[in-house]
This record gives sequence, C-alpha cells and structure tokens, in this order.
Amino acid sequence: MTARTVRVAAGQGFWGDWLEAPVRQVQGGPIDYLMMDYLAEVTMSIMQKQKSRDPRMGYARDFVPLMERILPDIAAKGIRVTSNAGGVNPRACAEAVREAARKLGLSGKVRIALVTGDDILPRLDELLAKGHELRDMDTGRPLAAIRDKVLSANAYLGMAPIVEALRGGAHVVVTGRVTDTGLTLGPLFHEFGWATDDWDKVAAGTVAGHIIECGAQSSGGNLLRDWRKVKGLANPGFPIVEASADGTFVVTKHPGTGGVVSVPSVTEQLVYEMGDPHTYITPDGIADFTTIQLRQAGKDRVRVSGIRGRERTDKLKVSIAYFYGYKAVGTLVYSWPEAYDKAKAADRILRQRLADLGLEYEQILTEFVGVDATHGPLAGPPTADLAEVQLRIGVRAKEKAAVERFTREIAPLVLTGPPSVTGFAGGRPEVQEVVAYWPALIDRTEIEPHVRVEILEP
Amino acid sequence: MKTMTARRGKAGAGTRLIQLRFLAHARSGDKGDTANVGLIALEPEYYPILRKEVTRARVARHFKGMVSGVDRFELPNLNALNFLLHGALDGGGTISLKTDAQGKVYSTALLRMEIPVPAAIARKARRAP
Repeated sequence: MTARTVRVAAGQGFWGDWLEAPVRQVQGGPIDYLMMDYLAEVTMSIMQKQKSRDPRMGYARDFVPLMERILPDIAAKGIRVTSNAGGVNPRACAEAVREAARKLGLSGKVRIALVTGDDILPRLDELLAKGHELRDMDTGRPLAAIRDKVLSANAYLGMAPIVEALRGGAHVVVTGRVTDTGLTLGPLFHEFGWATDDWDKVAAGTVAGHIIECGAQSSGGNLLRDWRKVKGLANPGFPIVEASADGTFVVTKHPGTGGVVSVPSVTEQLVYEMGDPHTYITPDGIADFTTIQLRQAGKDRVRVSGIRGRERTDKLKVSIAYFYGYKAVGTLVYSWPEAYDKAKAADRILRQRLADLGLEYEQILTEFVGVDATHGPLAGPPTADLAEVQLRIGVRAKEKAAVERFTREIAPLVLTGPPSVTGFAGGRPEVQEVVAYWPALIDRTEIEPHVRVEILEP
Repeated sequence: MKTMTARRGKAGAGTRLIQLRFLAHARSGDKGDTANVGLIALEPEYYPILRKEVTRARVARHFKGMVSGVDRFELPNLNALNFLLHGALDGGGTISLKTDAQGKVYSTALLRMEIPVPAAIARKARRAP
C-alpha cells in the first residue's frame, strides 16, 4: 500500500529562467502541480515601468508562449499551474493565457483563475492618511520621505487565494505578488485539506516551497559541493516535491534528467537568502529551519521531515519600489605586461577627468575584475604576469547629466590613456535608471478584505 | 585544485591552520544591503569545529572593511552556520554598483578564512577529493 502523495514541480525559479524547464516537467513524468515563480524584489518595479508605457503590459510576458506550449499536455493530464507571472497586471496576464487556450481549442477545458488585491499603489495615499507610515524595515524612515517617487507598492499575499482558486476548479492560477512559497503551499493545503492554523503543516509547506522556488538551484545547479561531479546540466532536472498528508515530503526530479538531488544540494538551497533560521516569516506562518531533518532516501531522493512552525503574524510585508536616480558601469580590458598597473593608471586618469569637469556623484566604484571584484582585499595581491585585467568603473548620481557624461569618458581612454587596452567594442555604457526597494509592513486587515479570486469565463 | 593552506602558524601544538574550503561548502544570498552566507560542514565531525572556531568576532575580523556588522546563527540539524553580513553590498539590490551586488559569491570569500584544527583533521580534509 502506498500513501497518497501530491507532486508539486518547479517550472521557473525567476523571470528569465530556463524556458525548457516547464515543458520537461510536464512531459518527463507524473506531476500534479507546476509552480512557476517569477517575482524577485525589484521585478515588480520593472513591470510597473512597462505598464506605465503600455497598459496591456506589466507581467511576465514569456509566461504566455510557455503556457501555449504546455496547455495541451496540462489539459490532457489534469496538471494544474500556480504562478505569480501576473506581476502588476495579473488581469492582462490571465486574459492572455485564456486567449492562448482559445487558440488551442481548449476553451472550456482549461479554467483560468485571477487573483487580485495585492496592488496597493492606488490606495497608498488613503493608507498613509489612515496613519500607516509604511516605514522602511531596514532604515526606519517613513514612506512620506519618498512618497512622490513611488513606482509600485504590493502586499505579499499568502496561499489563501490560491486555495480558493483551486477549490473553484481552476487549472491555471495567475496572481500578482503572491509569495514564492504560497505557490506551493496553496496546492498542498487544497489537496490535503490541512487547517490553515496547523502551523507545523504551514511550516512544512513553506520549507517545501523554499526548496523548489529557485528551480534547479536545489537539484544540482549552482551547487558548490563536488561541483565537478554534477553531471548532465545541459538537461537539468528541476526539483519536484512529493508531499504526504502528514507534512513530510521527498525532494526529487524526473528520471533521465541531469543534476543531482542530495542532502548537500538541498542544504545549499535551504540556507540561500536565509535570515534568522528560527524565524522564517511568510504571510501564512513562521517556519523554524532549525527543525528540518534531511535524509538521502534513494538516488536523487531526499526525505524532509520534522518541521515545526509557529503562528502567523498580524502583518503582511509590502514591497515598494521607488525612483532613486541614475547609474552606469563602464569597462575596459588591459593586457599583459603589467596589466593591473595599467588598469589602475587608467582609473586614476578617469577620476581626475571627472573631477576636472566638476561632475559630482553619490559614488564612484572601481573594481579590477580578475583581481579584486568579488573578494576585495581578501584576494591578496595579483600575480605579476596576469594575462589581462578588466577595469570596471561604476557611478551613481541623482542627476542624469553627470552619469550621461561619465558614459562618454570611457572610450576616450583608449587613445588618451595607458596602452594595451581593448574590449570596448560594445560602445558607450548605457545610463540606467535606479529603482530602489523599500520593504515595509502593514496590518493584514487592511489587505485581506481586498483580495479577489475570479474564474475567467472561457 | 592542489594549492593547499595548512600550516602551523598560530595554530598551536598538534593543530594546523586550514582554509574553510576544505571543511565546508557554502551558499550566499542577499536581503537588502545584507549578504547571508550559509556555511555547511563537509563532514558531520567538522561541524563542532566550525561552531567553535568560526565565531562572529573572527568572521567580522575576516571581513574587516568590507562589512559593518555580523550576526551568526546555528543550524546543528543541517551541520550549518548562517552568517548575516550587514552593509556588505554597497547599498545592495539595484543601488549597488558592485559586480556582486546581490552577494552571490560572498560565500566563497568566507571559504578563504583559515581556522586551527587538529592535525589529523587537517590531514583528512586535505586528502578529500
């Protein structure tokens, strides 16, 4: 007798992840759910910018052609999809998926649910007027300090609307800012009928979600331990959680795929972006990562058990993006002999020119790639016969003009600076807008009554 | 791969200084201007050594001038320590001008650190593939 398990497979770990992964998850073996996480901290602001230029935009557009590829299989196999690809425009995203289903002749066979209510940009002034200061969780500054620069503001929703959508018969659930872990918790709570105040189950589902939310990063991708022994990464198997009703689960991947699911591969993902391990806070509850037990239970199978949780807080996190200023990064490559000295001389000359022009920056940062870019002074002095060094200079300023002028000061160094320089074929560096992140907290009672789940008409 | 740091130095009698890379693997990520480094023992028997030697103060000294403060948490269930390196990312996120603005490889910078271990452990760690 085998106990019933629910299989939740990761299809995307971020916006821009490997496009073949969801297709192979659907075709490579049995799964019940496909979760696709698209939203990182700054993604919402990028989407907001796109939406302000075109009101039909503002979501992960590549989600739609991806769904076109997998919808026939999903419909045939009864696989259901949870995704926060909707970004700041989940309605447009859900409608585009519905249109894709129509074109494939799947109208009526694939029900699409839309989750809204996370976007508080239209309500921001009302909330501030009510006394919600939305202070920056890191600096303590009240939002009023940058109110006029805010580009997007979204509360992190948990699993509740996903559970509701699945209960309503949705095959594809499209959301905005639902937590990465909520995309996995939703299916598990729907399938097992767990009580939402069963905090150990919430914690177990949260850990399951955390393990697969970054895609192949738990199944051999970016794995430091014995990295040379990780085989088959040309066709990496993305992780799959096989969950049981008791809250334990196995992390695995489809047979015949590359990568590895091992205690080390899962452990590296568990500590990724970790804060206080006793208190991993989500909208649905708090998970204690010091209770997680891992055991290798066969080839590419890791059993996870023992997870304890605590009650959820009365706050939800809000992710706010605001316009900060401008930046640009320029690079040049200097070759042997004395590559490092040439690059250092070029840096001094460039800085002198910027100063002589009277340009002011919030910061000028120089790195010598190949010498100190990632480890700073810990790397120690470079060997004398380095084949080449990349000079990488970045500037940031509130005013665009100073950054703009900086981008025109890189190429001149080629004929007016130290010798043996190359690597400038890419042309002038690009001036980039800096959109910064402002994390805050808000009472959940201000958000939850506004959350809506709609099943779109076929 | 054969370059090895295991020397007597300040290690004391019967002990050797050895780089953490021979005792642990690691992964890092970011939260704002804070980088985290999860340090995971390669063998369960190395965990008590890491716990004793890779202290908050020594990690702060290792990253002197690169971070503004360090917190340490213990995960004995995973044979791991988690370090929060505050102010490590030059503003972090989109503000930072650093190549490693999101602290993705800060983990490897911690693995450069040397700690004293019993000579027998140093020999075993050095032999490992």
